[in-house]
Amino acid sequence: MALSILRRVAILVISVLVASIVVFAFLAVLPGDPAQVALGINATPELLARTRADFGLDRPLVEQYLSWMGGVLHGDFGRSYVTGEAIGPQLLDRLGVTLWLVGAGMLVAVVLAVPFGALAAVWHRRFGGTAISGLSQLGVAVPAFLAGILLVQVFAVQLRWLPSGGWTPPDSDAGEFLRGLILPALSLGIVQAAVLTRYVRSAVLDTLGQDYLRTARSKGLRPYPALMRHGMRNAAVPVVTVLGLQLTTLLIGAVVVERVFVLPGLGSMLLDSVSARDLLSVQGIVLVLVVAVLVVNFVVDLLYVVIDPRLRTAR
Amino acid sequence: MKVRISAALALLLVISACSAGSTASVSSGPDTLSVGFTAEPANFDFTRTDGSAIPQALLYNVYEGLVKLDPSGKIVPLLAESWTVSEDRRTYDFQLRPGVRFSNGVPFTAADVKFSIDRVKTGWTISIKSKMDVVDHVEVVDPLHARVVLTKPSNGWLFDMTGRVGAMFSPTGVADLANTPVGTGPYQLQSRRRGDSIVLKANPAYWGRQPAYRTVILKYIKDPTALNNALLSNGIDVIAQISAPDSIPQFENDNRFTVLQGTTNGEVVLSFNGAKAPFTDVRVRRALTLAVDRKALLDTAWAGRGTVLGSMVPPTDPWYDDLSGYYPHDPARARALLAEAGQTNLSIRLRVANLPYATAAAQVVASDLADVGVHVTIEPLDFPAVWLKQVFTDHDFDASIVQHVEARDITTFGNPKYYWGYDNPQVRQLLAAADAGTPEEQVADMRQVARTITADAAADWLFLYPNVVVAKKKVTGLAANQVSESFDLTGLG
Repeated sequence: MALSILRRVAILVISVLVASIVVFAFLAVLPGDPAQVALGINATPELLARTRADFGLDRPLVEQYLSWMGGVLHGDFGRSYVTGEAIGPQLLDRLGVTLWLVGAGMLVAVVLAVPFGALAAVWHRRFGGTAISGLSQLGVAVPAFLAGILLVQVFAVQLRWLPSGGWTPPDSDAGEFLRGLILPALSLGIVQAAVLTRYVRSAVLDTLGQDYLRTARSKGLRPYPALMRHGMRNAAVPVVTVLGLQLTTLLIGAVVVERVFVLPGLGSMLLDSVSARDLLSVQGIVLVLVVAVLVVNFVVDLLYVVIDPRLRTAR
Repeated sequence: MKVRISAALALLLVISACSAGSTASVSSGPDTLSVGFTAEPANFDFTRTDGSAIPQALLYNVYEGLVKLDPSGKIVPLLAESWTVSEDRRTYDFQLRPGVRFSNGVPFTAADVKFSIDRVKTGWTISIKSKMDVVDHVEVVDPLHARVVLTKPSNGWLFDMTGRVGAMFSPTGVADLANTPVGTGPYQLQSRRRGDSIVLKANPAYWGRQPAYRTVILKYIKDPTALNNALLSNGIDVIAQISAPDSIPQFENDNRFTVLQGTTNGEVVLSFNGAKAPFTDVRVRRALTLAVDRKALLDTAWAGRGTVLGSMVPPTDPWYDDLSGYYPHDPARARALLAEAGQTNLSIRLRVANLPYATAAAQVVASDLADVGVHVTIEPLDFPAVWLKQVFTDHDFDASIVQHVEARDITTFGNPKYYWGYDNPQVRQLLAAADAGTPEEQVADMRQVARTITADAAADWLFLYPNVVVAKKKVTGLAANQVSESFDLTGLG
């Protein structure tokens, strides 16, 4: 087990390195000059040259990369070309927002998918089961931003129950924070719930056919309670795998949803930084996202072991 | 697991039940106002960071100059109670308002005027600082009397003093401008959340009338639809400028809102690369100008909101002339002119900023020009990054469309190196005479500049970008025209 963790850590480190090089190379060939963008339309050639030198853009690419990576390893992500602020603290702040969003979206997905998926399996020969399957099919086809726009139209613009966007930090006003999180979490979570429902359904169907459940049923338990008491843990292994994969999609979906709901997370920071050619910020954000995705996969692997005791001794 | 799921469901239900019936609003009281903008300031230091977003938030609100622009475009007193100009138009004597203090408690005096103006030359890094080059020196005559001596007469200088470069700073308040602005204005900075908002609070020691709103939240929402939704759902009280014209009717048809439409300084220009054939030929430029139906273009590209222009002058400038009829839409004459110039088989690269107004206008331009036999290839360029580099700096284009937002930027036609490559000694001479002359001479000369560049078809001025402000009914005192660099909060009631 220790060896397997070590191996995964090594993979994580190599992936981060490769990703950082790829991102750096892509940004280097992107047309547009960060110094020019920072200075605007009245920039003189002398001022441009001086700003490029200030940013270190006149140095060879390899040198620029090494000095950036060296800083990152010391926790220093550099200073933004546009704002002049240190990027590291900004990243942490934005990451917090994105994590709240992804976490809440995940919660919505699980809360909806587990009971509905299980019901769809238990009722798989009845109308209810078909209806849930059909609905989830529909849900899969709806992009998160569309769900977001529809939710905003109904609950914010028409009914005016919830804010159409914006962010209140949880420590400044917990009520406003929760109210602001509901619609983004729903638009992110509903789509994921639809995907997840289908996996839960097939995992539960699989479990329902197992001998131990038949035994439980024969002792007089009704299908749903029997499943909940005896089958859920087994059905959970494939579901957790999908959940892990989905977390990655959730992170990407969050980028779009943050835009729709004006949340100051990593996604909106990424879009702003790209258009302003704030290259150091873009590099930092992408690096954080890559690490997040890899860490998620790492944690999912560990979770298998927690859920399924059989995996603790094997391998 | 079942228990936990039900608990989570119950929690969600409780949350939604709590909020049902109440309205979603950031305004915590009647003296709080929340205004939505699309462009967020990168930081608070407009002496070292360019762009319109910082002065929009801070000028006149947090920082004040000796003079300001009123909503009709007139220069009026602010920190200077009055001023006189010497006979040779080189010496300006400003009588300062007494009892003014910076938000850090330090009194404002003539020494600060000298410090602020000198600092533009020494401390500012952005190119707009060149507007202060004409200043020879500043004298502190007494604490309430500052004298500014110019190297040559310049009307443009006093006008520029109404903008960013004229902002008054204190030597005790410039240590951390990017985070801590210190000015004499009615508001001071309370807090900011990057990517979300800036909060201003009233400065209790302000010398003038206390502003009606004690707290103003500037909300930054890049997406125009999200911005509209925020107003519709009570998230904000005002949209500073609507950037999606099709969405305006929904506010006009809703009696909760007031819609104001005025003008800006933003000319949307179809520019020609005048330094490059075939645009060195005035007949070609005139032909293309005659070929484009600007009224129809405004209707198609920007829902008819905006003003059809005939030159680089917005109606709020003192030398405005309506030249929009100078080149009426006339495809037949355009074809004849092209034939005369030997350009019957012309193909051009139209490299436009990838912004909604520019790409929409480009489609109309391309179809109008096709009607007179000019083949147009539209290339949208990422704005600002790619457009600035390739079109603006490298002059790699035939024609382009972008909005020129700076005040009185007609002077760019006096700079042959500017990206429009327009070189006319007469225009340069007129611009110099206008800057040096009396206010009356300035108006006459500037009129002549506008007429000359129009006759030369130096560019095709498609339309003036509209300023559309939408606010809740309760908000009064908003200006329809956007003439200064500031979103002026001081007149709100």
